[in-house]
Amino acid sequence: MISKLLSSLKTWIDQRGLNGFIILAILLAVVFPLAMDSFRLNLVGKYLTYGFVAIGLVMAWGYGGVLSLGQGVFFGLGGYAMAMFLKLEASDPISTKIQSTPGIPDFMDWNQITALPIWWEPFRHLPFALLAVLVVPTLLAFIISFAMFKRRVGGVYFAIITQAVALILTVLIIGQQGYTGGVNGITDLKTMLGWDTRTNSAKYILYFVTVALLLASIYGCQWIQKSKLGTLLLAMRDKEDRVRFSGYDVAMFKVFAFCLAAFLSAIGGALFTLQVGFMSASFVGIVPSIEMVIFAAVGGRMSLVGAVYGTLLVNFGKTYFSESFPDLWLFLMAALFIGVVMAFPDGLAGLWESHIKGWLARGRAALRKPKNPDAPPSQIVQPDADVMTMQEIGSPPLARSASGSPRVPSGAGMQVSGIQGQSA
Amino acid sequence: MSHDDSNDPISINRRRIMQGLAALPVLGLPGLSFGANLPTAQVNTTKLAVTDTEVTVGQLHSATGTMAISETGSIQAEQLAIDQINAMGGVLGRKIKVIKEDGASDWPTFAEKSKKLLINDKVAAVFGCWTSASRKAVLPIFEKENGMLYYPTFYEGLEQSKNVIYTGQEATQQILWGLDWAVKEKKSKTFFLVGSDYIWPRTSMKIARKHIEGHLPSGSKVVGEEYYPLGTTNFNSLINKIKVAKPDCIFIAVVGGSNVSFYKQLKAAGVTSAKQFLLTISVTEDEVLGIGGENMQGFYASMKYFQSLDNPNNKKFVEAFKAKYGPKSVIGDVTQAAYLGPWLWKAAVEKAGSFDVDKIAAASPGIEFKGAPEAYVKIHENHHLWSRTRIGQAQADGQFKVVAESPELIEPNPFPKGYQ
Repeated sequence: MISKLLSSLKTWIDQRGLNGFIILAILLAVVFPLAMDSFRLNLVGKYLTYGFVAIGLVMAWGYGGVLSLGQGVFFGLGGYAMAMFLKLEASDPISTKIQSTPGIPDFMDWNQITALPIWWEPFRHLPFALLAVLVVPTLLAFIISFAMFKRRVGGVYFAIITQAVALILTVLIIGQQGYTGGVNGITDLKTMLGWDTRTNSAKYILYFVTVALLLASIYGCQWIQKSKLGTLLLAMRDKEDRVRFSGYDVAMFKVFAFCLAAFLSAIGGALFTLQVGFMSASFVGIVPSIEMVIFAAVGGRMSLVGAVYGTLLVNFGKTYFSESFPDLWLFLMAALFIGVVMAFPDGLAGLWESHIKGWLARGRAALRKPKNPDAPPSQIVQPDADVMTMQEIGSPPLARSASGSPRVPSGAGMQVSGIQGQSA
Repeated sequence: MSHDDSNDPISINRRRIMQGLAALPVLGLPGLSFGANLPTAQVNTTKLAVTDTEVTVGQLHSATGTMAISETGSIQAEQLAIDQINAMGGVLGRKIKVIKEDGASDWPTFAEKSKKLLINDKVAAVFGCWTSASRKAVLPIFEKENGMLYYPTFYEGLEQSKNVIYTGQEATQQILWGLDWAVKEKKSKTFFLVGSDYIWPRTSMKIARKHIEGHLPSGSKVVGEEYYPLGTTNFNSLINKIKVAKPDCIFIAVVGGSNVSFYKQLKAAGVTSAKQFLLTISVTEDEVLGIGGENMQGFYASMKYFQSLDNPNNKKFVEAFKAKYGPKSVIGDVTQAAYLGPWLWKAAVEKAGSFDVDKIAAASPGIEFKGAPEAYVKIHENHHLWSRTRIGQAQADGQFKVVAESPELIEPNPFPKGYQ
């Protein structure tokens, strides 16, 4: 009887966990392409590249409790790695014959550099560039977070360090303009392996690639959330010491969360470069990094799908307000942020949750009562605390207590079950 | 010119005709005011936003963010020119409608908004951009979508595009004659070069150094070259270096807010115009507002335009500008260059008899604008302007006194041989 109940519960959870995902997938892959012209769709494609950063923040900040105010660094590094490849392809000796040194990127020529620097050389090859997109930012994230978390530097201090990194990288990129393009950035990117990325058909293809990768990333993150790892991340966020004293290496879990966020941001950055056609230092700094945190906050920092909606809402708002009210738009954006944060502290996802929850609960009660009126769903207790089965960890990632704070699934075991009380 | 009252319904037509007639000799394009008869299908074969009565153009500057303070003057000047053109009956009989977009001092935003203007709004031309970075961000889009950009700022050169008309000076126009003047009038032999650290000052100083070392009388040399990040406010170490090097001429391309600290600290350190000759290529009347005339007094600037230029065109322009934007408004070099944009576009459209970008681009070289506040300009084959360079000396009231002017129009040369 209990197993039957569990399986129906599981189906319900799965449906619920995937419902939002499927709706988002339909919206992005079907509704938007049908409803929008190529210009607007290209804009959405650009917004979705920020969505990668936002879901990264949901994993690091919402789940891991690691707030990063420097995600622009990883977005930028991913973007720059891609831009370097595209720039080298655009700088063939024929189209740069007007330069003093043909065959090198134009900004190097303007800065009196006469030969391609050695470390640019490997970026002539797409596989290397793609590898660099993924590895370089993740490696940097590993170095930063390993150094910090091993010393148990966390919380606000870590956030400040990430800001410092963003500032340092900005200064470095702007200062080394002969190698990086400086303030102007790396511009005028045209083709990838001969494929013109500026045509309408290319924009459509890039949009669908972005959507596919974003959905895959969300799915991957949901899988992590449902796994033991996700539970531990939550537990660690809410009561770090208890997890540590249970024998887990807390620092490495935090490092993982931070690296995952960096990895996702870098994918977003590379796709951004492809869609927009340039990369500049204005993405690496503190302001864009904080803006990216706002995307996640507006969407709801516990919800992957919500973070994507948050990114879309903020950026649609930005575009719409600045097109319609060029003089007032900054005030309207500020009003949007303040309004969302004050009215729905858990972001869009929290709003959805609080509205849908009651409706679902009634529906569920109506469904269950005639079948098994005596079995309270909270009595799912697993004797072996360390081994978690699918039923337990299949708890909804969005499960919240009344205050909206996420809760460790009730079956997670003795060691971490105490968290619930303190999480509110 | 009082255009503010031109909405009086009785006098409006007469006024337009009068103004239209009056402007013909000014533009040097007699007979082209009959364009009103041209059917839209004929003047617009590329699906631009042109109707029988209206043509839509875009304006893309930073109305917000750090660059807003600099770009506001350009926004105002372009609007003034468009209002004046509309009061004269528009372009080929069509009123100009402006779609304003805010680049927000953010280069990716510039790229997004330029795409919107060209792809969605199908504007016939765009007046906009200020920094090199914003121009570099939108240039590929203008070339891809075949748009027309009128770019007002003096800039580093090394660029030329069918889709851009550069109404400001490129680096050699602004620098070479100024340095020659410094040698001739101020007997400068040693130069100390200072710039903000980005592409325009770097390129400008490269050109200046090549000129000093290769083209000025033997013995001329650079005794120092320093760059500071944008936004730097502490110049004390630089000032000490200058004091040690004792250059005959400090040659400056520091931009934005850094200027305020730089000139104040110079003055505080006792480096005043009484003792030191200083020539800048980056301070216009707009910047002096922030620096304060008393801190800048006596130093020199090399530009193509100063508000105090004494000619009838400029008098009318300054008067109209102040009538529209208040008596305290000042007009700097870039503001004037921005004012040229709509007029040069109008002349090109009328010469081509079409709004099509390809035809405008082809018609532009050779176009003259005799009504320019800077007196006279002509578009070169390379889409830059022939213009004069002037030396102004800063006054305590924030204006510049024009002390020298190049006798000839200087040819724009964005890819100078021997200077790269």
